[in-house]
Amino acid sequence: MSNRKHIYAVSALVVVGAIVTYFGLTALYKLPVGASTEATTIDQMFGVYFGLIAFWFALIMVFMLYAVVVFKRKPGDTEDAAHIHGNTTVEILWTVVPLVLVVALGVWGATTLKALTSEREGEMVVRVTGQQWSWSFEYPESDNLVSGDLVLPVNQPILLKMRANDVLHSFWVPEFRVKQDLVPGRDTELRITPTDIGDYMLRCAEICGLSHTDMLAKVRVVSQSDFDAWVKENSLPAMSELSTEERGALWYSTQGGFACSGCHTVDGSAGAGPTWLGLYGRQEALEDGTTITADDAYIRNSILHPADQIVAGFPNVMPPIYEAQFAAKEAEILAEENLTVDIIEDLIAYIKTLQE
Amino acid sequence: MGTLRIIATSGLIRGLIGQAIGAALGFGFVTLIRLGMGLESNPEPGAVFGALTSVIGFLAGAGVLTDWSKWALGKETPLRHGPQPGKPEWARYLHVDYNHKVIGIQYAVTSVLVLLVGGIFAITFRIELSLPGMQFLTYEQYNTLFSGHGIVMIASILLGVGAMVNYLVPLMIGASDMAFPRLNAFSYWVSVPAAVLILTGMAIGGWDTGWVAYPPLSLIAPLGVQLFVLGFFVNGFSSIAGSINLLITVATMRAKGMSLFKMPIFVWAAVAAALIQATATQTVGMALLMVVTQRVIGLNFFDPATGGDPVLYQHLFWFYSHPVVYVFVLPGLGVISELLPVFSRKPLFGYRWIALSSLGIALVGFLVWAHHMFVAGVDNTLRVFFMYATMFVAVPTGVKFFSWVATMWEGKLSFETPMLFVLGAISVFLIGGVTGPILGNIPTDMHLHDSYWVVGHFHATMFGGFVFPFFAALYYWYPKFSGRMYKESLGKLHFWLMTPGFWLMSLGQMQIGLLGMRRRVADYDPSLGYDTTHVVITVAGLIIGWSVLIMAYNLISSARSQPLAGNNPWNSRSPEWQISSPPPEFNYDVPFEVVGEPYDYGLAGSVYIRMDPSSSGE
Ligand code: HEC
Ligand SMILES: [Cu+2]
Ligand SMILES: [Cu+2]
Repeated sequence: MSNRKHIYAVSALVVVGAIVTYFGLTALYKLPVGASTEATTIDQMFGVYFGLIAFWFALIMVFMLYAVVVFKRKPGDTEDAAHIHGNTTVEILWTVVPLVLVVALGVWGATTLKALTSEREGEMVVRVTGQQWSWSFEYPESDNLVSGDLVLPVNQPILLKMRANDVLHSFWVPEFRVKQDLVPGRDTELRITPTDIGDYMLRCAEICGLSHTDMLAKVRVVSQSDFDAWVKENSLPAMSELSTEERGALWYSTQGGFACSGCHTVDGSAGAGPTWLGLYGRQEALEDGTTITADDAYIRNSILHPADQIVAGFPNVMPPIYEAQFAAKEAEILAEENLTVDIIEDLIAYIKTLQE
Repeated sequence: MGTLRIIATSGLIRGLIGQAIGAALGFGFVTLIRLGMGLESNPEPGAVFGALTSVIGFLAGAGVLTDWSKWALGKETPLRHGPQPGKPEWARYLHVDYNHKVIGIQYAVTSVLVLLVGGIFAITFRIELSLPGMQFLTYEQYNTLFSGHGIVMIASILLGVGAMVNYLVPLMIGASDMAFPRLNAFSYWVSVPAAVLILTGMAIGGWDTGWVAYPPLSLIAPLGVQLFVLGFFVNGFSSIAGSINLLITVATMRAKGMSLFKMPIFVWAAVAAALIQATATQTVGMALLMVVTQRVIGLNFFDPATGGDPVLYQHLFWFYSHPVVYVFVLPGLGVISELLPVFSRKPLFGYRWIALSSLGIALVGFLVWAHHMFVAGVDNTLRVFFMYATMFVAVPTGVKFFSWVATMWEGKLSFETPMLFVLGAISVFLIGGVTGPILGNIPTDMHLHDSYWVVGHFHATMFGGFVFPFFAALYYWYPKFSGRMYKESLGKLHFWLMTPGFWLMSLGQMQIGLLGMRRRVADYDPSLGYDTTHVVITVAGLIIGWSVLIMAYNLISSARSQPLAGNNPWNSRSPEWQISSPPPEFNYDVPFEVVGEPYDYGLAGSVYIRMDPSSSGE
């Protein structure tokens, strides 16, 4: 066969190969359902990229396999092949064509990015806080309601203002497509307009230490009326209306804002830190070999200076940040309700209720 | 002298003992001072200082510093050392030796050993991941294993690049050795205590930051992170010294008549890689040092509470760590370009374009680092700039693919094991290549970032760009450095296990990444529907692991039992094949002169080099 005939044959095979690859790709490679306007936009790009992947992959593979089959050396042939050095036209062609394509895709990507990140009308702000290994969400427009689940009204443009308390984390709900890191010391932003009522899961996508795997939060997209009902139900009562134990339980939860629940369980199951079930009065074996009774003073010290007395068998990962955080919260309550609370006292009262 | 005795008194063992002593001295020194000052007990400052003194202990113990110390004292040393006097030939490989071929083989053996260690880490956590729920590892162990896997594999690849470059470049350009043989030995040996530090870090508590060591996490991670960061840092000396040595060797020691565009194409790739190593390693060293000093003496670079910036680290880190992937793949792609003409019996298509595309990739590679930070909280203008730069890399990379296919076109192809691995490399690198642009475009990356898609993509580029070509190179030059032919049947078995195994593995990884599987997690929710694929990935990983063991067995056993290979079993035009196998101590007893083009296969009567320059009239 002449070179020209080979080229015709291989071109036909490339077309077939590209089609087969494309169908194989779209059959085996699925995106999760799209549940936001962002997903719709981004999935269009995915579609085009899948087509390009199929084409370029088939182009090279088919040419290569064709050569492997057709230009195989005959047994006993010791002659060299044709002395072909190169071809400047072809070289320029396969430099310029990809270049044009790359620029076109870049323009598309840049305009899409602009659309994804620019402000929308009627945005609702949700403040997202990430800390080892839990999430909390604050709704400034709903009386600063704080929640451990992310609940969003459907078709409402949302602006997430995000902040990490300790290390980097990353916000990713695959059904929404977009992702954004949370950085200590600065706000990062992400815009989402959920379009489908349903339950999803937020999973931290940036390694953040021991229990990164478990840094999850439920995401619920609900109708506007369900959202309003949820807000009403979950708004925090005034502090003075709560007993110390109730306040302690609140501080423990993500809703209360300190999320001890990220590491401590109250039902005896395993976590990154010791369970609080039966903690009060327990004989605690420490890493330095001593044993200590978990009384008020010990618990207070464990919270203020976590590295002082490490419980045997646990890593020293409890953050030493609570002294400052508690002081700030106590000052806030004093200012708002003219009420003096001692958060550690509340926590100890709560822990005392957790007996087997 | 008995075998045991030779091993026990070898430079390697003396180095390791020196490292232990150095560590003890450094640790004791700082700890005593702290005790004397009445400071609270904290092993970390002692461990950091001990790690640094341990490296000096290793180098002194192994004998890397001997000649230099003698020079400093004004004493003479022989210009060339040659083999170990009174010891068998193999003893050279356990001692500090200045011959580039010995050092090349030391690099290669260490690289494969380290590769196996990193592979065992991967297999371990892959078995854990094959089923949802925690089977036999704790989170701590899991995190340490994947972090260790990353950095250990990077160390292995750098060693593998060192192996190819050291062994081949002087032979290919007609030099008797590298420009600075003692610096060359230093470059190899300093990477050994670095590896020891990293493995020790895993043993004494591990760490959970991945190989990237992003602060603030790396500032509060367990002590193991310090030894890993220091090991990484120390390894940088190997890269910098090795690359400068290579650049000077190529610049000043080429044979007569070897102009730049007459160099074997692998040399171009090696130069491009060395340019990156010589200029980018410093920034990651800086970033790592900042983590160490913030942890040990509280210099705040990264904590925003008092004016630090956690994102700064990421810029410094990726300014090196993106280009370094081209340090890994450029030599690998060079091997592909080097071998294809030999097994196709045709000139390399578009030699100049391929040579310049290596430089092009190296240069553009410096301007793309922030694509690792598309969702890190950087502004849109910066993201868009780095998006364009990243996507431009596709252009010179495409040139390579097209030129390879064109080289094979109308050739006379034969399929011995090295050629099979070259074809496997192209197919696997192609998977990596076509799955990259979708990550380079910001909107699609917002979904795929830090997902298993990325894991699949970069394993494909690393295997296609480095591992497959490295194995091709080991088989191809095996007859040159051992004098004997490997077993073809085992080589083919290796290929037919590893290639489908790898395809399955990376295609599976990308599939679940698209569905939402995160990177660096110890467990996953079975309701997400990718538990079957996880089993497939693990099984494929095991197949790859076994196939590499088959290669190791093949290369070790063939060195004794196989027939002699002769000088030029592949009928190559390249200079290293025109001399005996293994080559003489100083390569070319008679210098050669370049009189033709390197890849003029099929041009009647043409040769690349002439061995006897006296006949040229000069
Ligand atoms: C990042 C994980 C993490 C978070 C969040 C966390 N802790 Fe801890 N905590 C630990 C670990 C691990 C230990 C055991 C090691 C030690 O003693 O430091 C511990 C120990 C304790 C102890 C001693 C328990 C015992 O069994 O002796 C108390 C009390 C405690 N934490 C209270 C709290 C409170 C209150 C909060 C929330 C304000 C909190 N922790 C948040 C990880 C955490
Ligand atoms: Cu995380
Ligand atoms: Cu990169």
